[in-house]
Amino acid sequence: MTHIGIDIGSTTVKVVLLDDMEQVTYQTYERHRSQVREKTSEILKTLEPQLRGQLVRVAITGSAGLGVANASQLDFVQEVFATAGAVEKWQPGTDVVVELGGEDAKIIFLTGGLEERMNGSCAGGTGAFIDQMATLLNVTVEQLDEMSLRSEKLYSIASRCGVFAKTDIQPLLNQGARKEDVAASIFQAVVDQTIAGLAQGREIKGRVLFLGGPLYFLKGLQKRFSETLRLSPDQAIFPENADVFVAIGAALYAKSNGREMTFEDLLKRIETASSQKSTTNTLAPLFATREEYDAFAKRHAEDHPPQLDVSAYKGSAYLGVDAGSTTTKLVLITEDGGILYSYYASNKGNPVAVVEEQLKEIYHRFGERVQIMGSAVTGYGEDLIKNAFSLDAGLVETIAHYRAAQHFNPDVDFIIDIGGQDMKCFKIRDGAIDSILLNEACSSGCGSFIETFARALGYEIEEFAKLGLFAEKPVDLGSRCTVFMNSSVKQAQKEGAGVEDISAGLSMSIVKNAIYKVIRAADPKELGEHIVVQGGTFLNDAVLRSFETELGTQVVRPTIAGIMGAYGAALYARDTAKRTGAKSSTILDQAALETFSYSAKSTSCGLCGNHCHLTVNSFGNGRRYISGNRCERPLGKEKRQDVDDLFSWKYEYLRSLGGGENRRGRVGIPMVLNLYEMLPFWTTLFQSLGYEVVLSPESDRKLYAQGQYTIPSDTVCYPAKLAHGHIEKLLDAKVDVIFYPCLPYNVDEKRGDNHYNCPVVAYYPELLAANVGRLAETTYWAPYCGIHRPHDFAKRMAAFMEENAGIPKAETKSAVKAAYRAYEEYRALVKKAGINMIERARKDGRRIIVLSGRPYHIDPEINHGIHEMIASFGLTIVTEDAVSDLVAAPSVKVLNQWTYHSRLYSAASYVTTQPDMELVQLVSFGCGIDAITTDEVRRILETGGKLYTQLKIDEINNLGAIRIRIRSLLAAMDARLEMKEAI
Amino acid sequence: MAELVYDKTGRLLFTEEMRREYTVLIPQMLPIHFKMLEKVFRMRGYNAVMLNVSWRDIVSEGLKYVHNDTCYPALLVIGQMIHTIKYGGYDPHKVALLITQTGGGCRASNYIYLLRKALARAGYEYIPIISLNVSGMEKNPGFSLDLKFIRQMLYGVIYGDIIMNLANQVRPYEIHEGQTDALIDSWVDRLVKDFEVNKHSFRRAHIREQLNSISDEFAAIPVHRTQKIKVGVVGEIYVKYSPLGNNELEAFLRAEDCEVIVPGLLDFVIFKADNRVVDHYLYGGHRFTKIAGGFIQSMCLDLQQDLIAAISRHSEFRVPCTFMHLKSLVEGYLGYGNKMGEGWLLPGEMLELIDSGVANIVCTQPFGCLPNHVAGKGMIRRIKQNIPHANIVAIDYDPGATRINQENRIKLMLANARMAMKPSAAE
Repeated sequence: MTHIGIDIGSTTVKVVLLDDMEQVTYQTYERHRSQVREKTSEILKTLEPQLRGQLVRVAITGSAGLGVANASQLDFVQEVFATAGAVEKWQPGTDVVVELGGEDAKIIFLTGGLEERMNGSCAGGTGAFIDQMATLLNVTVEQLDEMSLRSEKLYSIASRCGVFAKTDIQPLLNQGARKEDVAASIFQAVVDQTIAGLAQGREIKGRVLFLGGPLYFLKGLQKRFSETLRLSPDQAIFPENADVFVAIGAALYAKSNGREMTFEDLLKRIETASSQKSTTNTLAPLFATREEYDAFAKRHAEDHPPQLDVSAYKGSAYLGVDAGSTTTKLVLITEDGGILYSYYASNKGNPVAVVEEQLKEIYHRFGERVQIMGSAVTGYGEDLIKNAFSLDAGLVETIAHYRAAQHFNPDVDFIIDIGGQDMKCFKIRDGAIDSILLNEACSSGCGSFIETFARALGYEIEEFAKLGLFAEKPVDLGSRCTVFMNSSVKQAQKEGAGVEDISAGLSMSIVKNAIYKVIRAADPKELGEHIVVQGGTFLNDAVLRSFETELGTQVVRPTIAGIMGAYGAALYARDTAKRTGAKSSTILDQAALETFSYSAKSTSCGLCGNHCHLTVNSFGNGRRYISGNRCERPLGKEKRQDVDDLFSWKYEYLRSLGGGENRRGRVGIPMVLNLYEMLPFWTTLFQSLGYEVVLSPESDRKLYAQGQYTIPSDTVCYPAKLAHGHIEKLLDAKVDVIFYPCLPYNVDEKRGDNHYNCPVVAYYPELLAANVGRLAETTYWAPYCGIHRPHDFAKRMAAFMEENAGIPKAETKSAVKAAYRAYEEYRALVKKAGINMIERARKDGRRIIVLSGRPYHIDPEINHGIHEMIASFGLTIVTEDAVSDLVAAPSVKVLNQWTYHSRLYSAASYVTTQPDMELVQLVSFGCGIDAITTDEVRRILETGGKLYTQLKIDEINNLGAIRIRIRSLLAAMDARLEMKEAI
Repeated sequence: MAELVYDKTGRLLFTEEMRREYTVLIPQMLPIHFKMLEKVFRMRGYNAVMLNVSWRDIVSEGLKYVHNDTCYPALLVIGQMIHTIKYGGYDPHKVALLITQTGGGCRASNYIYLLRKALARAGYEYIPIISLNVSGMEKNPGFSLDLKFIRQMLYGVIYGDIIMNLANQVRPYEIHEGQTDALIDSWVDRLVKDFEVNKHSFRRAHIREQLNSISDEFAAIPVHRTQKIKVGVVGEIYVKYSPLGNNELEAFLRAEDCEVIVPGLLDFVIFKADNRVVDHYLYGGHRFTKIAGGFIQSMCLDLQQDLIAAISRHSEFRVPCTFMHLKSLVEGYLGYGNKMGEGWLLPGEMLELIDSGVANIVCTQPFGCLPNHVAGKGMIRRIKQNIPHANIVAIDYDPGATRINQENRIKLMLANARMAMKPSAAE
């Protein structure tokens, strides 16, 4: 008899035949391109000649297999289970199995207690993630693999989520990092995620078996795994049939558990299943009729720039470049905005080469006929391109987009731009940008996602988009992020949805992500009356249609939607040239371009603890440009000392605490979460009791990595995750006691309805106790403390110290008094320092930013140096806790029950009374409470006529995007100021 | 039409007039319990209706009006309400909404505010919201909680718990399909009528009698007991109980031929009362909160004794343990001060399940649930360390999380469970 194992994953179908001797007689591994059931049926049909009339047993496995199994009423075996069975049979002596599939990652520990682990929903993306990354680098997966083998160094790339990783990789590419190094770093990220996210502290050692498509095909990934896990060649097993191993397991399962049936019966069941479509979550079609679409297309074709005879034009021209994250756009315009030349294409990871080639093309095509009078660049690669080609000006993207939109509708009051990587929305009020909304990590990459997806299915993007226009039953794919959409697609495929339904569904998902997550609007009235949409993604009619339908309104989409940034830059170059009366542009001329050369070298800066990865770009003739730096020191300039920055002040002050005489022992305090603000309190308490206080060291990525293996919840905020590393460091320091109390209640500042800490801050010490195994090495004190009731607290703390350290109660009581005094003094000092800084700023004519968040956001690894970057624009930085007392607590429309968060509302309310202040809110990714505070802070600020700027921060360090936000804010502040002066 | 009246802070009140004219919409969480709650409300003179709408539409309404990073239950409850107002066939000028408010340190205490914000955005500022709480927050002239009302609701919880518990133990084995569900309906009707007509319905002796009869009648359903995998469901209270929140988890598990065990609501009520006593012990404070908490707690503990006694009448039933025993199991895992969300009760329920032979557990939570980082996912490692045969899977629920992803992980847990049940099959 023949035993058939069918493994249907998110991207591939694997079929294996076993004979009665358990020998593999046939195996195949094929991509199903979304056509799950059809593909399975197709493969089986090819087996008909050899299996006709025979009895078979069959079992289906795999993440997309469940639906097929149900629809065809065949046996299903869970894939990890199937794997374990096959390993036992063919790879005895295996200790650990690591299996990476299209979207799932699994580890099976076989010896020392069987345990199986799968990635959580958020860590999706392994094989699919590698595919996406290859597309991003514009190479095939095979090329990516080859490149990775020639790497020289590794960059740290966020490994938790594909979207985040992409956010890390993009700036590296834009800064000119070597592709070989990036390729290897991508594989390393997959390895890190497997070790940290899946193994979670359980060691991967002994004989390790690596399975699944990616680990079978990719030598570079194999190498990274072997090296990272320090496995010798006989310990790291990459079996010959790793790609179909799970299918073999399924066939084996079929042999012992499957029902007998004829091959014809099997074929019939699968065929019936492939004709059934059971998609449950469907949406209304985009267009009901062809006529509807024609009218729609006609209306949108009307918004175009002035037309002209390009071959005859003579005279001045202006160049605009938009060096975006994935694409480079370039446009050459005439005085009245007519387009002489335009270019839009992927930057292929090297925007400099693209611009060089295009400039040559322009010189070649127009020769002496056209003189470039001005040039400007915008986008991620602004500085690089501006330096490389000596352009006249650089401008922030928001301004460029506004300038372009204005050209098409002078009354424009709302602009949304969806590019490959970013979404930007801004409101215009009285001719100035009023409120800017940029996407956070979870909306990143929505635009390029469709494209990547289309290509993975074997379509060009235009073709794929067209398919969706007349889909009858678009599938609902959710709107959280592309990783989740990917996973929804898998579900839709399981249910038999077709390509056209998926195409339309993706467009709708992206629009919903923009409207509900980025813009946060429920009603078009909240946006404006004159909406202009732009960005390459809107050239997709399905996306445009979804947008209009979802909002129930009509919008303007210029025919040049994809190059609006470049167009705006060109208009800006024109306006600037006219204003200054410049006779020509500083741009490299044809002769200079001939000798132009470009090379990039990466290096690490050693001037401070940040160790920024620098890229040194050289352009020939000794011209160079350094990128990747946070401050100006590697450029040979001194660090700015003259701008006040309360963030640094607070951090330095707190880091100077600790020490003391060691009479009773050494107590370690981790510098995490609420222990930042409470540090003066606890240090004083323990020092008064005769303890030497040892603080955990400054956080960095290494410290995080050291503790990463004990993090049980992937989705908790980064500040909490860092605590694991701090505990490890204190354990290394061999202190006698580690002290980290549980504080459900914070101090009561009487500014809200209650005075809680958030649940994570309140109870994290208990999570550490239960997950950091090494804590058993030392004494760990994590008592519940109620510091909001000083009298009761003194009594309870005294009892605690008596019981645990034999300290007389009276001694502790007086130490507690000293602790409260120290805390009050610290709070007073912060407020005083803040007020001094504000006064000084006003004397020097500087503007002030209230950089708000939580007290622990001053940790340099949490804020990634954002405060330094803002200060580098000459802005004074104070914090929310320095100004929250200067105003009465505002009335809010939420339950105001957390101490730290109450300060935010007060600070926002205060800022609305100060003309030279703006508030920027730092929000840690995954902070559930900030889902409540951000809307409220925004409401307070906007009601008070202020701009709201939110910066989401996480493990990823994407200062490039944040720089754009800050510059947009500054530009908007300038515009408002000008307007006021004009009145 | 009822006049809109506001209090000093500008909050729209639910007036006596509204009580007569309006329909009060109640969100759905626990099907059996809330059905009873709905009837208790009607008996008290409110035109109460429990919401019941399919899930996808609700999610889109929720996404529209609630910050998308807010927890999933808020999104669902608010989405469900707005959906019903828009499409449920009610005159929006004649409905009021009811929502519970706990006042703890979790985001959940903010639901009522988020609901108000959402109503304002959707253009329904004129719809009054009634806060259901026992802490005296947000009073309304048209809604009052007297002791009798509170007790009726509490008894609703007890009866709901015993019915849910026994039905779960009988349904997978019933010989005549549908018999268990029919008995549920019959008891819900009988119990509510009993509240209405029986003057002695609050007497402890009477409650005991009722609990015993429920136990006897469920035991009388003809069954054919086979060996099935027992799976416990714990987690954040809304997604644990609500089929809407957990993608019909119970139905899925039943289809996988499992017996599902869902811990009751009474422990949660006692837990919340216990928190007040513990707070007093840990931090000091007014003796009154301690005494009030202690009073409610002891009343509930007595009732729990009766419930346990009733189930124990039949040896084939798995008997839940007392709250105090459950509490003792948590020692060494979490402190009793861990009270936000489900706090220490969550690992407590997992440990109790394992203790009583149910080692297979689905721990449910909304994506990014704050307290569950610690009390849920944060405790699994230690539980597995101490009890190696514990077979726990943590599942996140979210508008974007797909069912297939969730079900595949649950299937893995079930595959392990099957292997543990028949050790010979693995060889």
